[in-house]
Amino acid sequence: MNEPEIKERVAAFLGEHDPAGDRLEFLRARFDAGLAWVWFPEGLGGLGASRELQQVVDRELAHTPQITSGVQGIGLGMAAPTILAFGTEEQRRRFLRPLWTGEEIWCQLFSEPGAGSDLATLATRAVRDGDEWVVDGQKVWTSGAHHSRWGILVARTDPDVPKHRGLTYFVCDMHAPGVEVRPLRQITGEAEFNEVFLTGVRLPDDLRLGAVGDGWRVAQTTLMNERVAIGGAASVRRGGGMLGAVLDTWREQPELRTHDLHQRLLALWVEAEVTRLSGARLREQLVAGHPGPEGSGMKLSFARLNQALSGLDVEMRRDLGYDDWAFRRSETVDFYGRGPGYRYLRAKGNSIEGGTSEILRNIISERVLGLPAEPRVDKDVPWKDLPR
Amino acid sequence: MTLLYSEVEEELRAAVRGLLADRCPPAAVLRRIESEPDGRGSASPVYDLDLWKTLAGEIGVAGLLIPEEHGGAGASASEVAVVLEELGRAVAPVPFLTSSVMATLALLPTGDALLGELAEGRRTAALAVSFAASPYRPGRGASVRLDGGRLSGSVTGVAGADVADVLLVPVDGDLYEVTGGGVVVAPSLDLTRPVATVTFEAAQARRVGACDLAEVLLSSAGLLASEQLGVAEWCLDTTLAHVKERHQFARPIGSFQAVKHRLADLWLDVVRARAAARSAVADGSAVSVAVAQAWNAAVAVHAAEEALQLHGGIGMTWEHPVHLYLKRAKSTEIALGTPGDHREALASLVDVPGPE
Repeated sequence: MNEPEIKERVAAFLGEHDPAGDRLEFLRARFDAGLAWVWFPEGLGGLGASRELQQVVDRELAHTPQITSGVQGIGLGMAAPTILAFGTEEQRRRFLRPLWTGEEIWCQLFSEPGAGSDLATLATRAVRDGDEWVVDGQKVWTSGAHHSRWGILVARTDPDVPKHRGLTYFVCDMHAPGVEVRPLRQITGEAEFNEVFLTGVRLPDDLRLGAVGDGWRVAQTTLMNERVAIGGAASVRRGGGMLGAVLDTWREQPELRTHDLHQRLLALWVEAEVTRLSGARLREQLVAGHPGPEGSGMKLSFARLNQALSGLDVEMRRDLGYDDWAFRRSETVDFYGRGPGYRYLRAKGNSIEGGTSEILRNIISERVLGLPAEPRVDKDVPWKDLPR
Repeated sequence: MTLLYSEVEEELRAAVRGLLADRCPPAAVLRRIESEPDGRGSASPVYDLDLWKTLAGEIGVAGLLIPEEHGGAGASASEVAVVLEELGRAVAPVPFLTSSVMATLALLPTGDALLGELAEGRRTAALAVSFAASPYRPGRGASVRLDGGRLSGSVTGVAGADVADVLLVPVDGDLYEVTGGGVVVAPSLDLTRPVATVTFEAAQARRVGACDLAEVLLSSAGLLASEQLGVAEWCLDTTLAHVKERHQFARPIGSFQAVKHRLADLWLDVVRARAAARSAVADGSAVSVAVAQAWNAAVAVHAAEEALQLHGGIGMTWEHPVHLYLKRAKSTEIALGTPGDHREALASLVDVPGPE
């Protein structure tokens, strides 16, 4: 399929479906026409086309009802690629359509109080009981759990083998009895994430994603996509993203400028630009069919830049206030919204969420640069015997 | 516009890299900086003129920028950039940047017959401009004036002058060819590309044509970013190899996070330097050049400094080549504008004005 063919499809679709009609009906029809994510297979919202053609579709449909990428972020960026890669045909058909239209929101039940960077050491147990699994444990940093219908869950199904081998991946029914979601207030004042308590939660076996004991491999797919999703938020426009917010104020309020800020801003401008350029180069490599290892670094650069720019923004404005400390549950994750104080505080999370910058440096140095791993004392020890 | 390398560029790279691996390994460069003048002229003994002959004549790098009608290959800046990456990787002591890039760029608009000789590598030229000059201050270090068709004055910090057969001197918007200039090489920070003071005392000069020196220096600066990328790459690769081999505390030192995290960060800097270098030659705009220079000059220096530190004591020795790269990196940080000069230029280019 090429660009003219795709455009033809879009035109035909618009001929049959009125964008001014019911929003949800329009989105469902768009999914059924294969114009949701064109690189997905036919029948699952796609056309089995090249991923690059999505831009064409998005452009052609820019003035029609849109999905809400913020609150749907985890579903679109993490759950969907994992379901596509590991789900049964039935699971793909059940979950992908309402996930894409936004009728069902997803969250990610990975981290635990005792398992962060060392995710594989997690302790939430899933015990088989006939055709069901009984899940007990606690998850944390669960963004959007409060409006989620489903969660992607990694749980321990075999404590007698080393940590990476005893995990299984599930889709968790967030409406099931025993699922309790409590907001966790963040340094910004609001709660976009939660802690989730799972007590005797019964999940039918057909909510298992991938083989029993294969959860670590399934989770890798999710995590890889998460980093691409967060790093991919890096601006594609020169002078955009977090830099854009700073530049607007800089240009509009010359009285705020100092020589020191000017030097630092220019240095950050250059860093943002070279980061943008390597993102552009990465996309070119993807189109050419030669994805490079550069993607591993995008989130690292993105976090550093966001933090430096948002910090400079607060300092530049000399504003000692803060827009609003009210404890509320966020509708969505937004890095660039609200005031400069919020942006500064929220950006602190960029180097923690989705793999800390330290873990990302480990990944780059071991997988890209081929440096030896640090010695691991827990590699061959059954999980139940690990010190904790 | 693409930021990727073409197949032709990769073939050119392979040819240059193969030749340099064979004829110009770091040990050979180290030997050259030790050697005495060989009596074959005034060129510093560091220059490998046999290697230059092969590069210029057989691989044909000297004529890359020169159009076919003047005897060159009519290639683009992208191909020149790939050659510079490889020459940077090898800190190769050949006058490619100074003759085939800087002098050639100055000569190109004139269409002068000298282009044909440069293209074949029969003659080598140098632009009598301080290497510390920039597109924003092209006259830095120069005090040459024209008096009755003769040139007088001096230019400090000229790179490649001692290996040049011809000096091209820009004066007041015109380019002059001089064959009899006084070239005095002083001890230079960069051992593999020493600079000289060039002095003219009523030297006979031939006017070659008009010369937009700022433009020449801008294009040269954009290409220099690729040489800096090559320098940084060698430093990263060599350091990676070292920390995988070197054992302390019964482990390769590259397994310690204190070491590997620094290298992960350095890799990310180099990844972005590649994108910046490609962008500078792909569109050649003043913004792209300033971005590439502001970033790559600093990355090359940082890479060489990290290489030295992570090699430990051996990195401080004369016998290990890392110092050649540090000296090249630090010198090219100054060459054709410092990172600060380029950032300052960006202030007006991209509308980030300073305090009023």
